[in-house]
Amino acid sequence: MEASDALQLARVQFGLNIGFHILFPSITIGLAWLLVYFRARYALTAEAAWLATYRRWTKVFALTFAMGVVSGIVMSFQFGTNWPGYMNTVGNVAGPLLAYEVLTAFFLEATFLGVMLFGMNRVPGWVHMTASVLVAFGTTLSAFWILALNSWMQTPAGWAWNEAGKLIAGSWLEVIFNPSFPYRFVHMTLASGLTAAFVVAGLSAWRLLKAPADAAAARTLRTGIVIAAVLAPLQIAAGDAHGLNTLEYQPEKIAAIEAIWKGGRGIPLELFAIPNPATKHNDWSISIPKGASLILTHDPNGGLEGLDAFEPDVPPVAPVFFAFRIMVGLGFAMLALSWLGAWMTRRARAAPRWLLWGFAAATFIGWGATLAGWIVTEMGRQPWLVSGLLRTADAVGDISGAELGASLTGYVITYSLMLLAYIVVLTHLAGEGDGGEK
Amino acid sequence: MSLDLPLVFTALMGLAILAYVVLDGYDLGVGMLMPAASEEEQAVMVSSIGPFWDANETWLVLGVGLLLVAFPAAHGIVLGALYLPVAAMLVGLMLRGAAFEFRVKALGWHRELWNWLFWFGSFLASLAQGFMLGRTITGYDSGFGYWLFSLVVAGGLCGGYMLLGATWLILRTEGALQRKAIGWARWGLGWVALGVALVSLATPLASETVKMKWFDFPRTLGLMLLPLATVACGVWVWRSLGRSDWKPFAGTVAIFVLAFAGLAYSLFPYLVMDRMTLWQAAADPSALRFVLVGALVVVPLIAAYTAFSYRVFRGKARAGMYEH
Repeated sequence: MEASDALQLARVQFGLNIGFHILFPSITIGLAWLLVYFRARYALTAEAAWLATYRRWTKVFALTFAMGVVSGIVMSFQFGTNWPGYMNTVGNVAGPLLAYEVLTAFFLEATFLGVMLFGMNRVPGWVHMTASVLVAFGTTLSAFWILALNSWMQTPAGWAWNEAGKLIAGSWLEVIFNPSFPYRFVHMTLASGLTAAFVVAGLSAWRLLKAPADAAAARTLRTGIVIAAVLAPLQIAAGDAHGLNTLEYQPEKIAAIEAIWKGGRGIPLELFAIPNPATKHNDWSISIPKGASLILTHDPNGGLEGLDAFEPDVPPVAPVFFAFRIMVGLGFAMLALSWLGAWMTRRARAAPRWLLWGFAAATFIGWGATLAGWIVTEMGRQPWLVSGLLRTADAVGDISGAELGASLTGYVITYSLMLLAYIVVLTHLAGEGDGGEK
Repeated sequence: MSLDLPLVFTALMGLAILAYVVLDGYDLGVGMLMPAASEEEQAVMVSSIGPFWDANETWLVLGVGLLLVAFPAAHGIVLGALYLPVAAMLVGLMLRGAAFEFRVKALGWHRELWNWLFWFGSFLASLAQGFMLGRTITGYDSGFGYWLFSLVVAGGLCGGYMLLGATWLILRTEGALQRKAIGWARWGLGWVALGVALVSLATPLASETVKMKWFDFPRTLGLMLLPLATVACGVWVWRSLGRSDWKPFAGTVAIFVLAFAGLAYSLFPYLVMDRMTLWQAAADPSALRFVLVGALVVVPLIAAYTAFSYRVFRGKARAGMYEH
């Protein structure tokens, strides 16, 4: 009993940290490239307004980046403190991927961020532009490595056993470009683009509600809306492709997503239901007959495997089922809002106040979808930490519940304080104008 | 001849940790010195570390990353044994990292709060790191004496970081703040001298292995060069205070390098004192080779652009210079 309590605490703590951390990279990966765009517009037009825009969003970026750095440092330690069995078992594959992230991406981002933030008057314009590009490149590269590792844990490939019976990489190319990696990488970078676009649009809308005549805010509102309107349908297509990839390599995850307890032909699509693990049945179900088969196999009578085919190694159904519906729902909400916004602001039309309120309210909508998506993919992999190779329960350390509880309390207080301060400062920054700044 | 990969990675990890201690050491030290300065001076102090602290902390991630990559078997033991100090350090680093950004954007009591958290976070992280060092030297043994020893090391490292911070400020500031920093450096140096002396005396008492390594004639005679050089550096720092901008910082870095060399010698070849050597803990050669290739290409690049960044931001810091 005690061992499983420690396991649950270790999972809660790690999940809390990783969930807190992902909030910030999900903004910075996309926002970094937006800053490159603003910086380039300033370089091309030499308009002071573009410079002011660049500076304003650089502040948001710096703040977000710092939050990502410090919460990321925590993660690098928690791999060892919470999951010693992880490195012991698959360290020969996971370690080098993390090392490449640090070596190729972290130093690049952190060093050139200094030049980007503080060096504008100290280096020539092209050097400063290059620094902005390198920061953006670094954030994307960082996502590349970490998603390669995460995808490998979902769909391991390219590994072998050495003479000592330890798992090693047989082919690094196969490890990195494992079956789910391209889908996950595209899905996550698009998610970051959408998250950043809604943050930019939302904070600009917030500014316009306070100062309707702010032309720079109207321009960034439009920029955010257009980017979101382009990325939202791409993301839906990418998500669909990712889902079909999951059906091929992790059918048990799909069974949990769709709450298919028993496999067969012509499986209905559950729009809403309360999955009941005791009866292995969906209560309060509202479903479209043969819908799941149609979507997943493109044939109304197509066969799908159910959770029964994978017992006892099945993921918890309800969280995966609900998180998936939240993610998809928010995805379509983003599509609707961005297209509506694009239409309403066409040809430099001013956005009506109700639309501004809508975008201000949706500032962090990308966070909701991103977190829900990660819950689907990570909980959908359980009880495995590395699919088929290592169980989560076998990777947990022998840290006492008291130590976990004490540190968890410290983390919760710190995270709450940081998140509150982050949102307060962001809205405060958004509310003030560019006028007084140099 | 085949390359001793675990040894190469021990050296790399040692370098990353040394780089971290010196680089983040000065900015943690500046953080700890904040309450002793006026509000205008605080702004200059933060300016002097603003462009660097992010990259400085990345060395910590590289250090722990190399531990994780190259020595997976030790990684879990070390981080498990250091669980609470690691958590305290992380909370400290998070608070001060966030405070960096928030203090310049906040007003009134909010600003006061973040200033306080900046100091507190810097102090907590430094204390925790010193404590971790003390626990590592003693092989994570429990018992009152060992805990006391770790607390002494923690205090000594805080003093060392403050000395680094003060001499960094001598290098990067001028006028009244620089004169204040000279005073801080004198205090810091005294503290460091006490700390190094205590740790040097206590370590052989705390660990039989360390005692054997240092008190083994005639090797001891050669090894005595290390403490002698440390004392010489200390004297050099003391004498150059108020006479040179750069010598105190350079001398302090030299003290850190020497102390690090002494500790490395004490610990070698163990990663977990008396329990696990670096060869026992090493990852598979295939993993080490893959990372080494990348490191050989990338580390010189990192060094080059770090040097570039220090060149861009050379000279004396002024208040608000790096507020964005």
